[in-house]
Amino acid sequence: MSPLLDALLLRAGYNTTLVTLGAALLGAAAGAIGTFVLLRRRSLASDAAGHAALPGLAAAFILMAMTSGNGRWLPGLMIGAAISAALGLVVVHAITARTRLKEDAAIGVVLSVFFGFGVVLLTVVQALPSGNQAGIASYLLGSAAGMLRSEAELIAIMAAVTALAVFVLRRPLSMLCFDPDYAAISGVRVRLTDAALSIILLAVVITSLKVVGLVLSVALSIMPAVAARFWTDRVQHMVPVSAALGAAGAYTGAAISSSAPSLPTGAVIVLTLFGVFVASLLFAPARGVLATAIRHQAFRRRVHRRQGLLALDRQETIHDGMTLRMLRQAGWIRRDGVPTPAGVLAARDAAHDEALWRLHGDRYPGDSSVLHYHRIVPIKQVLPADAVADLEAALGPQPAWEAHAAPAARFTPAGY
Amino acid sequence: MAVDFLQLSLVPMLIAVLASMACALPGNFLVLRQQSLIGDAVSHVVLPGVVGAFVVTGTIATAPMLIGAAVAALFAVGLIEIIRRLGKVEPGAAMGVVFTALFAAGVVWLEQSNSASVHLDVEHVLYGNLESLIWLDADSWSALIDPAALATVPEQLGRLAWVMAVVAVVIWLLWRPLVIGTFDPAFAASTGARPGLTSLALLVVVALSAVAAFEAVGAIIVVAMFICPAAAARLMTNKLHTQVAWSLVFATTAAIGGYTLAAWGPIWLGFEHSVSAAGMIATTGGLILLLACCFGPCRRSR
Repeated sequence: MSPLLDALLLRAGYNTTLVTLGAALLGAAAGAIGTFVLLRRRSLASDAAGHAALPGLAAAFILMAMTSGNGRWLPGLMIGAAISAALGLVVVHAITARTRLKEDAAIGVVLSVFFGFGVVLLTVVQALPSGNQAGIASYLLGSAAGMLRSEAELIAIMAAVTALAVFVLRRPLSMLCFDPDYAAISGVRVRLTDAALSIILLAVVITSLKVVGLVLSVALSIMPAVAARFWTDRVQHMVPVSAALGAAGAYTGAAISSSAPSLPTGAVIVLTLFGVFVASLLFAPARGVLATAIRHQAFRRRVHRRQGLLALDRQETIHDGMTLRMLRQAGWIRRDGVPTPAGVLAARDAAHDEALWRLHGDRYPGDSSVLHYHRIVPIKQVLPADAVADLEAALGPQPAWEAHAAPAARFTPAGY
Repeated sequence: MAVDFLQLSLVPMLIAVLASMACALPGNFLVLRQQSLIGDAVSHVVLPGVVGAFVVTGTIATAPMLIGAAVAALFAVGLIEIIRRLGKVEPGAAMGVVFTALFAAGVVWLEQSNSASVHLDVEHVLYGNLESLIWLDADSWSALIDPAALATVPEQLGRLAWVMAVVAVVIWLLWRPLVIGTFDPAFAASTGARPGLTSLALLVVVALSAVAAFEAVGAIIVVAMFICPAAAARLMTNKLHTQVAWSLVFATTAAIGGYTLAAWGPIWLGFEHSVSAAGMIATTGGLILLLACCFGPCRRSR
């Protein structure tokens, strides 16, 4: 536990610190761009980009090994990976646009064929006479352990630049995601912005090669975004939330993996992010499963209470168990089902409220249908006071309530 | 040379052909239903299934591995569905979340449980071991009719032949519900064809062929062969029967062509080493699709 704590607290040496911080920056950048990738429904296109990076990576390795003897120069590998990943995205686009095949098939084709060709090149790499080929396979699943200082610095810088690019482009990107047509007439260059989205995505993919690996790089951008979706409904909040979740997950994952070097960094980061996702799915207050269930239950109780009161007012027999329980808990009926004085009053109020709502519905059907779910709430809490007063006036004088509730009257105490 | 071919290449080639065909057949329906990436997801989650089977049984015997992989595939599909419904997450994203997480879990689990004596690693799952499925007892062509030699054929061949037959029979039996469920689910439901049940059956078939094929040829071929032959065939014709036939032709061509290129291509070019057959078969599948995209008679949408 103590090496892990050291890594988490940035006390495990300069390189580990750099790697964990670099991973955190990378997670933030990937989480931020992932929001737009998710909203633009291109989650799996980024998977294609990740897998399509392999042939470029291997080709760059072969080229560098044959020219300089050392194939493991990270910037060169990144350039090769970027070229073939970009080619992969272009092919996905071309197949979707030019043939009758749909995007899912195009993505599947690109990721399997490019990856397959990359594996062919990997076997070529293994057959190279020299070139320091050990470790090229670590780009499949990522390995932060044993990273050079220059590499960690490069990753940190690229992640920071990417995060900055997302920040600068956040407005056109969000317009593009929600309404491309509106974005176009507002002067956003849609194709250019889409291209920028792809380029930032590519930058994230190739930056993550060393840390997360190309097989799992897609998770880095989509998991924080999907998790952030549970926390908010507003894109301007979702981007920072997603970036924060991505940074936290990647930071923790990199720290865990640096304290246990046999664990592949990419897999550990992905599992950490998945934990963040599951926690968000279950417990996020805005759209999490638990919060939704609680709200749904509260809504049910309100509906049952309301319907029960209306039934009391109409002096109907109530059979529904939950309704009876709600009324009994509120003290509106006795155990034998007879209304208490408070219940009679509450029922009268509910009926009056219902009458106002009905009148509102007759007068303003459009408004009323929008407020459909609010009908179980007293109208005074939903509409402004003057509108309610109007409705009250139009409803006319109350029917004499003693006559209305005659059979219940014997339970009313003196003074009513 | 000829005996070399018999010993070293015939069996892997046949296995590749069978695996490709077993994947291409259900792949036709995946492509038409726009569910191509199910094949991708299933082939990723095979890894935790295999590792789980290894942890539970302690051996790398085939039967538990296949069962584990199949269970993991169905588990993943269920999990995708749960996340999609509970969280109202877009299907593509739900799929991405689940298969990356399960694959990562498989990788970590593997590192945690692996003992040095057991040959089980991520690369093996990705690339398969096509090249090692050799038939050493075939010292002459007469071995093809010699029962003693035939008994030593790698067992994957027989298993894939079985799976291929089962897949073909299931698709043949389910042909009508599959077709109407693919083209018009609402109509299928109204005629009592139970499209949901048919989808599930298709999924089981997909898992079966993925699991059987990956063990022999690796996950790359599985994903490529689910999609490439069927997608290429889709660009050749408007008739489903013809499309299925084309896809089988393409799968066979990709398997034989890819294997040949991998084994002898580098030698023709003057290199000493052969390259990964699995990768080359996927590449050939991609080249076939490229040709279909450029010249297929039905490549445009009307």
